Amino acid sequence: MHDKVDVLIIGSGASGAAMAWSLADTRMRILCLEQGDWVKPTDYPTNGRDWEARLFSDFAINPNRRARETDYPINNGTSPIQVVNFNGVGGSTIMYTAHYPRLHPSDFRVKSLDGVADDWPVDYATLEPYFAENDRMTGVAGLAGDPAYPHHDLPMPPLPLGKTGKCFGEAMNKLGWHWWPSDSAIATTEYDGRAPCINLGHCTPGCAQGAKASTDVTYWQHALRAGVELRTRARVREITVGPDGLATGAIYYDAEGKEHFQPAEMVIVACNGIGTPRLLLNSMSGKFPNGIANSSGLVGKNLMFHPFAHTYGYVDEPIDGNTGAQLSLWSQEFYETDRARGFVRGYTLQLHRGAGMIVDAIANTARGFLPWGEAHHDVYRTIFNRKLGLSAICEDLPEEHNRVTLDPVLKDSNGIPAPKIEYTLSENSRKMIAHGVARSKEVLEAAGAKNIGGEAPMLNAGWHLMGTARMGTDPERSVVNEWGRCHDVKNMFVIDGSIWVTSGGVNPTSTIQALALYIADNIKRRLADATLFD
Amino acid sequence: MEYEALTGAETRDLRMLAGVMIPASSSHGVPGADDELIFADIVRSLERDTADAKTALKQLAALSGGAFADLAPERRAEVAGRFKQDGGAPLFALNRVVLLCYYRDDRVMRALGQEPRSPFPKGHVVEQGDWSLLDPVKKRAPMWRRV
Repeated sequence: MHDKVDVLIIGSGASGAAMAWSLADTRMRILCLEQGDWVKPTDYPTNGRDWEARLFSDFAINPNRRARETDYPINNGTSPIQVVNFNGVGGSTIMYTAHYPRLHPSDFRVKSLDGVADDWPVDYATLEPYFAENDRMTGVAGLAGDPAYPHHDLPMPPLPLGKTGKCFGEAMNKLGWHWWPSDSAIATTEYDGRAPCINLGHCTPGCAQGAKASTDVTYWQHALRAGVELRTRARVREITVGPDGLATGAIYYDAEGKEHFQPAEMVIVACNGIGTPRLLLNSMSGKFPNGIANSSGLVGKNLMFHPFAHTYGYVDEPIDGNTGAQLSLWSQEFYETDRARGFVRGYTLQLHRGAGMIVDAIANTARGFLPWGEAHHDVYRTIFNRKLGLSAICEDLPEEHNRVTLDPVLKDSNGIPAPKIEYTLSENSRKMIAHGVARSKEVLEAAGAKNIGGEAPMLNAGWHLMGTARMGTDPERSVVNEWGRCHDVKNMFVIDGSIWVTSGGVNPTSTIQALALYIADNIKRRLADATLFD
Repeated sequence: MEYEALTGAETRDLRMLAGVMIPASSSHGVPGADDELIFADIVRSLERDTADAKTALKQLAALSGGAFADLAPERRAEVAGRFKQDGGAPLFALNRVVLLCYYRDDRVMRALGQEPRSPFPKGHVVEQGDWSLLDPVKKRAPMWRRV
């Protein structure tokens, strides 16, 4: 039995870190439990010659392949998109591309504007100051003035355009389509103790330089100095409740498998769109036989990924290849609804630099383009450092049959039931994917690329995990209220991607963190006027 | 984690197969994937792909009617072609390890104009580029929907 804390945060990733930092000024006793470890800068693959090989082993994006002690298995079933994540201090920000767009104003009003899904109980204007605060804490590079967004300033200048960006820029201008330097959570100048990016290559497997803003090097550095405690290798099995129906704390296992109970006045869940419903569903009790905070029956339902449609081709002259951040440009040309396209909502086009020299060889072998034998060398030289790639990040609308449940057989190393995914693509998503692929091919052709290939939807691309504990004002149609508190448990909050009502068509981390800061401010305000648990 | 070692026969077949996948090229000045150093790296790096590699090599031996390494060159090419078509996921895993080791070999990297080094700490240079390319986009009216 540990001493009782005021606030127990479960999960140290994008949202948990932001919440911990924001609440630290209350001087409450705050503890965060994290199932993974700290990742040292020297652990990252780019320190070694085998850096690409490690993308297929201990730094694989798919936890089933990575299979670290700190990972839990996931039954992806027949889903055309598999869950990818990372478990450690910083959560999946350790292994994200740091592409950092915000949701757009329209994303919060899809029912009103397009007659589908539901409106959010918050809007862009409400979150705007939190986006700005989050950009400042994270350290975001970019260029103000993007016509696809309300005006916002960025703390640092954009990532370099490079040869690849020039190819894209010329092609997009030829087509008359929007493109813009991305908001990127990558330091391009000295920032808050972090060194600027030195172009180590693809950012996903972690940044040895520390230029990428994973929360272990951003929020956590400040939260720890402000007195927040972070306990690693603490895998939470369940949240406990008292006879009054309030959360009393959590039971977790340490690295040796020893069970602990951590009592708390307030519990904040920040395990994202798969880990959160898994934990809530595993937290069964007499009061909550179907899992804690699940009187609506919606915990685990409405799972949204962003289906990714990746299309690529090869130009004649060498361009940037793997050097530089993979993502530094976007296009929002097809973001807002145009019913003439045959679907509602839209997508972002991410414009990619190339892959590493090995990953490209593997991808082109898989699609049968890179042959065996003498011809291998000639063909390889037509692809090496010549790749242009685009990914359409398609908005995924919520559907209750897309869901996370508990697998009846599969368990993690502590015997905790693993999540099981049931997911199919909607007709709207299929049409959007087809549109994204067709437009991507037009860009590639305008850039003079040849040997065009692609994967749609990408299988190993379930990075963005949303919707499985949705927010709303109606307790029968949502799990948490408009400021993140569970309708059923008044001292319990959910603050990660699972509370999203709809998915938008952008990488979610910036908005997840802005929401966490907004919820933190609501908690602080209600603490001040003693209405937090009313 | 412990992985089962390849048998002598499996090792011989794999080395022959690696050379079929990526043969040495005098015109490009590169060794093949069956080169002693590269092949040693391949065997050492099978690790979590060992089970798939063994499955693939078993299938290769079955297609060969014995040892793939002992086939005459013409027959070997024929079997390799069929294996490439039918090998499925186990072959893909095996092929991936061959590529992972081949393209990190110093000689191969140098032949492609690459420095044989880790990305950190030196990093790479990416040119800043000409941002005037963005001028037409800057002239566009706001595109986001007002709500």
